Amino acid sequence: MSDGGVLILAEARQGELREVSLELVSAAREVAAGVGGRVAVAVIDQQAERFANAVGADGVSEVLTVTSPTEHFEAHVWQRALEGLIERERPAIVLAGHTIDSLGFVPAVAARLGLGFAADVTAVWWAQGPRARRGAYGDKLHAELDFPGKSCTLLTVRPGIFAAAPAGSGAAAARAVEIDLDGTARTEHVEFRDVAIGDVDITKAEFLLSIGRGIEDKDNIPRFEHLAERFGATLSVSRPLVDAGWMPNARQVGQSGKTVKPRVYLALGISGAVQHLAGMRSADTIIAVNTDPEAPIFGVAHFGAVADLFEVADELERALG
Amino acid sequence: MKFVVCVKQVASLDEEFELLEGGGVDSDFVEWELNEWDTFSLEAALALRESGEGEGGEVVAVTVGEQEAEEALLACLARGADRAVRVWDESLQGADPLAVARVLAAVVERESPDLVFCGVQSSDAVTGSTGTALAGYLDMARVAVVTALSYDAPSSTLTVDRELESGLVEVVRIGLPALLTIQTGINEPRYATLRAIKQAREKPLVTYGLEDVGLDAGAVGVAAGAHTIELQTPERGAGAQLLDGSPAEVAARIVEIVQERMSG
Ligand SMILES: Cc1cc2nc3c(=O)[nH]c(=O)nc-3n(C[C@H](O)[C@H](O)[C@H](O)COP(=O)(O)OP(=O)(O)OC[C@H]3O[C@@H](n4cnc5c(N)ncnc54)[C@H](O)[C@@H]3O)c2cc1C
Repeated sequence: MSDGGVLILAEARQGELREVSLELVSAAREVAAGVGGRVAVAVIDQQAERFANAVGADGVSEVLTVTSPTEHFEAHVWQRALEGLIERERPAIVLAGHTIDSLGFVPAVAARLGLGFAADVTAVWWAQGPRARRGAYGDKLHAELDFPGKSCTLLTVRPGIFAAAPAGSGAAAARAVEIDLDGTARTEHVEFRDVAIGDVDITKAEFLLSIGRGIEDKDNIPRFEHLAERFGATLSVSRPLVDAGWMPNARQVGQSGKTVKPRVYLALGISGAVQHLAGMRSADTIIAVNTDPEAPIFGVAHFGAVADLFEVADELERALG
Repeated sequence: MKFVVCVKQVASLDEEFELLEGGGVDSDFVEWELNEWDTFSLEAALALRESGEGEGGEVVAVTVGEQEAEEALLACLARGADRAVRVWDESLQGADPLAVARVLAAVVERESPDLVFCGVQSSDAVTGSTGTALAGYLDMARVAVVTALSYDAPSSTLTVDRELESGLVEVVRIGLPALLTIQTGINEPRYATLRAIKQAREKPLVTYGLEDVGLDAGAVGVAAGAHTIELQTPERGAGAQLLDGSPAEVAARIVEIVQERMSG
């Protein structure tokens, strides 16, 4: 890749390519023409070539592989690798997923190289230069951004917004990029651990009654356990109830909890933060009860009531008689 | 040990907020409080200091913000921080995470702490970027999205849980100095007593301009990563079908919808 073009940073974990990598290929299509048409996908991994075929999807001009000295993601190694890629390839736009791994190194690259930068963007386009949209005030508003004076702009793209491009089959040429990464690691991997094991598997439930911080107090939980039972629903929760130790990890819906796809998701007192929506936005039917008419949950709900959840819960108990 | 805790006074919009012409938000509709993530990161610093391992250490709370942001600093002082620093300049109005991190870096360099704590994200801007950008400017080792930590004094290393997606955690070790971005739920943030809230006003709180930390508006402007063209009310797509009426009517409709969808 000569100067210009789009550079996509693929992501893998424990030997598997993560879906967001192919979503970024779709996102790149929105800006590729504006930057001269070239789209390269970079893979950083101890065995980077193993993903070269898959990321070489339709529309990808070239796959770049960088060999990591560590078996697993390491923030400082990845930072140096991405800096090296940007210095060598001089892309006009760099796209990475707004993922947990990215949170550990992508903003550091933007800071050190003085790039244009925006995180968690939900739209990208070209208008004499890159443009992006992201949430503001906890997603109650949208902000439209440009990047004046920057020759390279690095964007992290919200997962789940762009449809993943079908995986490639090796049509795109692959090229190894040599970047000296020895000695750049500054953390040591100990182990991976699964923390969301527990009493129920909420991913199997067809009807979830999900409660959030709106229920206010631990003492109110039995009431909703009772309501769920009467209704034939499984009780799930948003993160603050797990953080407070009121409910086990296994009941949490969202990015750091479970991804659920029940027939019905009834949300009481949940605002609809992006990390919560990540776990439930593809439920067949979403019903939300919230006192705040501007709560982002209403943006994904099929049915919404601007109402007090306690009053509605009382009436539900009555109706179920 | 010396700790710097970076905090932010965050804005939330109340239920009747209005957009101003030109895309800003009318300040009458904005409510302010200490960012939720920062209550956990402050607690992490205070707890480590009290644990014996970091005993005798100093905890410094730092913010980039207007006069009103002193409330966030006072909240930190009341909970146990020893002193506080606020940096402000009119040019920082609406500053993006890279610009804020650039200013924080100048303060942290002067303090030269063993550990820097940031929240994973702020609830208003939700970029999750400031802490890691700060580590970038400082060239400091860091771990993002930390849900547990323990410190081993003899080796000066921290063992931390790094929270990943879908209930997975990675345990990693990191030496000092280091920067951690702290996730909610890592601990139980303490409340300040009324007495401590009063005493907080006696603790040192200094205000700096950019020149006091060796910067100027130009340097911060160059660091900024993005420029906001405008704020908009999002299109809600097809939008939710509104269930209105009394709570009893709403409940009756919900039962109807559930029964219909579950039987289909
Ligand atoms: C890396 C990362 C990962 C995360 N992972 C997850 C995750 O997996 N799952 C998750 O849920 N969150 C996750 N979060 C946290 C997320 O950002 C939000 O903080 C969280 O989802 C908020 O939960 P909530 O909606 O219950 O609380 P809030 O945002 O506080 O919302 C409470 C809602 O209740 C409403 N309400 C209050 N009282 C009433 C009443 N009487 N009647 C009706 N409505 C009422 C309010 O209007 C408000 O909308 C993550 C955050 C980060 C940074």
